[in-house]
Amino acid sequence: MTPLTSTATGPGPGGDVARSRAGRPDDARARRRGRGTAQHGARSATLGALGVLGFAVTWELVALAEVVDPAYLPRFTTTAARLVTELGEPRFWSALGDTVVTWALGLGIAVVAAVVVGTVIGLVPFLRRATHSTIEFLRPIPSVAIIPLAVLVAGLSREAALVVVVYAPFWQVLIQVLYGIADVDTVADDTARSFGLRRLQRLRHVVLPTALPYVITGFRLAASIALVLTITAELVIGNPGIGRQIDVYRAAPDAPGLYALVLVTGLLGLLVNLATRVVERRVLHWHPSVRRETAA
Amino acid sequence: MATTRRVLASVGYAAGLPVLLVLAWALATRGTTNLYYPPPSRVLDAFVTTWLAPQTLVDDVLPSLGRFAVGVLLSIVIGIVAGTAIGATPWLRALLEPMLEFFRAIPPVVLVPVLMLVLGIDDTMKLAVIVSGSVWPVLLNTIEGVRGTDPVLVDTSRSYRVRGLLAYRYVVLPAASPQIMAGVRLCLSIGLILMVISEMFASSSGLGYQIVYFQRQYMVAEMWSGILLLGIIGVAVAAVFQLAERRVLHWYHGSKEVARA
Repeated sequence: MTPLTSTATGPGPGGDVARSRAGRPDDARARRRGRGTAQHGARSATLGALGVLGFAVTWELVALAEVVDPAYLPRFTTTAARLVTELGEPRFWSALGDTVVTWALGLGIAVVAAVVVGTVIGLVPFLRRATHSTIEFLRPIPSVAIIPLAVLVAGLSREAALVVVVYAPFWQVLIQVLYGIADVDTVADDTARSFGLRRLQRLRHVVLPTALPYVITGFRLAASIALVLTITAELVIGNPGIGRQIDVYRAAPDAPGLYALVLVTGLLGLLVNLATRVVERRVLHWHPSVRRETAA
Repeated sequence: MATTRRVLASVGYAAGLPVLLVLAWALATRGTTNLYYPPPSRVLDAFVTTWLAPQTLVDDVLPSLGRFAVGVLLSIVIGIVAGTAIGATPWLRALLEPMLEFFRAIPPVVLVPVLMLVLGIDDTMKLAVIVSGSVWPVLLNTIEGVRGTDPVLVDTSRSYRVRGLLAYRYVVLPAASPQIMAGVRLCLSIGLILMVISEMFASSSGLGYQIVYFQRQYMVAEMWSGILLLGIIGVAVAAVFQLAERRVLHWYHGSKEVARA
């Protein structure tokens, strides 16, 4: 089960992330997995299912025991039933649609902008040195700090949410692009140059293959950060989407609805993680780290 | 001579762009009446009068920072303790893994309304919000780090009868620490965000509350100064973390440099 590592290592100097993926620990794990994989997989799948079941039962029991006021903590079964009725409501689907559109737009803008800016900065040593301090200062500014600014400038709208949704993932991807370009093997680059490859050709055949794994890691992290920020923005700013619906249910107060939507956001997050991992595998199918995983 | 020139050059590179940006901002907003983008001098004024005033410092800034510190410390301790237990016990890990993946995928902010319902609005709820979001990266990275301990190392130490706490302190913890630290870095930035969010929602004091208040009152320069303060805190936290990481992982960075050379 690889899932935990790759996402958890998280945003940081991207080099670490990419290197540890390709590095030794994965190797050892892959070898271990080789032996009796099927049997082991079935066992951990059963245990995992038991864990989910255990969680549901614990929730049900805690709610039944009324440790917390039942108006605040509905039973699991009540919440699950509510989730099913919620799935039949057009209101739910339009909120979900709004959330997904804001997320996709924000992620798209952030990734494209970061790749373009990062490539330009990364390829010019002067720019890289000159922008370093500024990037290091702007990056750790918590994205929620700019929510008031976004509201002031763009009102309670999707545009305001987009400002917030674009901000954090942009730095995430930008840093990864910079690390990726810095990782280009100078010997390879010089060789390509001496073979008379043009600038664009070198970009395509030398820089791109080196930087791509970094960029994809950045993209994967950015996708989940963007989702978190999309829902945060909806909750705080109040533009339409799942986040706002959660706030509506909180204010109502409609506890089963609230809990049902929280479950939905978790599932949405899982879906995004899975989808980006598939994308990663597709795009990097030629890369040693992916090839080794599938061989095992 | 050569060294002074090198120092001057690196200072120039570090300060050049920020100075240019601030200058450009000052020039663009000179004599402006635009409500949304005040000139930097006004923001600086607002910064000094708003945040450095003893009363806000004591009522808003320090309590916020305190909650942040306590929340993050709790997350780190819980994450490492629970993570070690789960990481070292294969059946427990298999049992919990799907649920942990699910909880990590829930945007932490969504738990604010839930915790508001269950715990009411007070400091406990704010701490719970911070911990509920920032514990995951530490927890999951500890699990992975403990699990990834070199089996040869574990077997060797076992055959030397290094067991229990001793093995934990000298074998498992060092092996997992690079990954734990990666989790702690994430935990810090998530914790900061959640500190602000928990105050934006339901509070009458704190940094997050103040910034939203300024925005609603159209006190734009003050609001900008709040963003500036959060930025400074973010940078300071990152810097402190980097120092701490270098301390904790000095052996690791050292061995990596040797490997590279």
